[in-house]
Amino acid sequence: MQNEFIFGVNSTVALQKKDFDLLLKKLQELGYEVVGPRVDEQTLRYGQINTMNDLPKGYISKQEAGRFQLIHTGHSRYFDVIPGAQSWKQFLFPSRVELFELNKNAGRWDINRTESHSPAYAFIGVRGCELAAIQIQDKAFIREDFTDPFYQERRERAFLIAVNCSNPAGTCFCASMGTGPRVESGADLILTELDNVFLLKIGSELGRNVLNGLPVESASAFLLQAAERELEQASKKMGRTLDTEDLPELLLENLDAAHWQKINSRCLSCANCTQVCPTCFCWDTVDTMSLNGTETKRERVWDSCFNPGYSYQAGGNTRPTIHSRYRQWLSHKFGTWKVQYGTLGCTGCGRCITWCPAGIDITEEIAALRKEVKK
Amino acid sequence: MIEQTLKHSTTSHTSGLLEPVWAEIVSITPEAEGISTFWIRFTDPAVAATYSFQPGQFNMVYIPGYGEAAISISSSSEDSALIGHTIRFVGNVTRAISRLKVGDVIGIRGPFGSAWPIREMEGHDVIIACGGVGLPPLRPVIYYIMNHREKFGKVYLLYGARTPSDLIFPKEYASWEEANIQVHVTVDRADEDWQGQVGVVPMLFYRFRMDAPNSLVLTCGPEIMIRFVVYEGLARRVQPENIYVSLERNMKCGQGSCGHCQLGPYFICKDGPVFRFDALQPYFNVEEF
Repeated sequence: MQNEFIFGVNSTVALQKKDFDLLLKKLQELGYEVVGPRVDEQTLRYGQINTMNDLPKGYISKQEAGRFQLIHTGHSRYFDVIPGAQSWKQFLFPSRVELFELNKNAGRWDINRTESHSPAYAFIGVRGCELAAIQIQDKAFIREDFTDPFYQERRERAFLIAVNCSNPAGTCFCASMGTGPRVESGADLILTELDNVFLLKIGSELGRNVLNGLPVESASAFLLQAAERELEQASKKMGRTLDTEDLPELLLENLDAAHWQKINSRCLSCANCTQVCPTCFCWDTVDTMSLNGTETKRERVWDSCFNPGYSYQAGGNTRPTIHSRYRQWLSHKFGTWKVQYGTLGCTGCGRCITWCPAGIDITEEIAALRKEVKK
Repeated sequence: MIEQTLKHSTTSHTSGLLEPVWAEIVSITPEAEGISTFWIRFTDPAVAATYSFQPGQFNMVYIPGYGEAAISISSSSEDSALIGHTIRFVGNVTRAISRLKVGDVIGIRGPFGSAWPIREMEGHDVIIACGGVGLPPLRPVIYYIMNHREKFGKVYLLYGARTPSDLIFPKEYASWEEANIQVHVTVDRADEDWQGQVGVVPMLFYRFRMDAPNSLVLTCGPEIMIRFVVYEGLARRVQPENIYVSLERNMKCGQGSCGHCQLGPYFICKDGPVFRFDALQPYFNVEEF
């Protein structure tokens, strides 16, 4: 018989770093596909985590507009590297998913539903900005009047280990958006990394069950204080800020501002920003037919408001110019999103700044628009 | 300024995420060069028995291998034995539809979107102003008015097309006039036989005297026509909340999920396609928005 597990939801426990593999093993035994950050092809990607050796120990990332650099410092931290282009979006809202297949029989089409169940994912190291992004996508995909079954299945089954972010990068501005660096709730476990131990705040009954049987101890006041200090310092390391005051009004009442035109000479309309954005949810459908015309497959793929085809219809293109697409993106993120979902569509993760090949910085664009309007 | 003034309709959906139900093409009515009405019946009797829609709503019409197109329903909402879609062959999907024959099967998802304000119209004069294939989404309104003529005041149909041969449903105009609907028709370019009006649809507002405070304007057609219909209405002091506009955008899902049809805070597929003009006013004159 196992001893009774005395730690309740909302309590914080300490797990020695060397014992973290036991947690990963437990998740694997429970049937989770454990995914997290790993160094892959000289960048940071999200992929399968078998043991803690797969985590990016000793790495940090240096990020600026149009620039991502992975640096190995050799320190003892596993979660000090701000992620790369990928986000958890690719697991919950895959970039390509098959909706159904059709076979033609005697002039009639038979639907073959794709019966592939998605894996139950355990996400290791979800940052505050990323957790907020998942919660924002929840609002788009799981609504009272419409629920996306593909998203919902993945989302409901996912086990989230969030991480308090102690080493923000140059393009980060989660503190401005109120999404980080600290994670308060919304994850099954919330991890804070110290030199030798991980502190784990239990965020759910499920999180509690996963820890049951692992060698965890009560977190001492000393450790809790140390964690607190880390987080206070983290807020100061934030590379960027964004003034969020009256953002929807700033954008929607200035749709004809001269500033929008200035985007034309810089933005390539490459759609990188929307693909790396953890909240962007637009999708398109693709039909692929066999050459003999008897089988066809219908898929859903990511789309972007920067693609020319996005707003194309029989009468022409609603947004033929680059600045009109950029304005659509920005005014959606910081304006109409609020009307649609009661929240802004940006969490301050900084990916769109880092991965813009032209180095366009949304925090600067908003500031420039504000300046023009004030004049 | 960004407060929602939305109309939501609540009609049952026939299917889930992008999965169509099947319908057989029962007959095809050529309407004009490059425009036909496809009359369909659902192959599943259970679907046929429960399917209902309101005037102004649309279906996603699916041709396997080609994709879907958002097509408004042009038949009577009070007779859903056969559902009519009047389609102009102009894009990939609609050109594929043009090659279909009676007996072929197509996929349908819907109905989607908001409806024309039938209740609000009761007791009032109604001006229906439309151009080209802007008429099909309004034909269910005309049928509804004909079936319940006593509920409405004066009714005017202002309709225009490029040339006389582009006018659709011409054989029905006489029956509409018999039902005491004033039909004013115009064409952009006349031919030798044309005896009627030449000019754009908004000019038809000068053909009759309207009781503006007691009127609702319903409009659908090319965006430029909608713009000037709205101006003519406003110029006669029709209140913005009494002008209804049906809009069109690229659509993939019909459920406010795929993002394509956004106009400001609205998903046209779900919050529209029929909008009260005061809800659109802030975005109406923003170019390329």
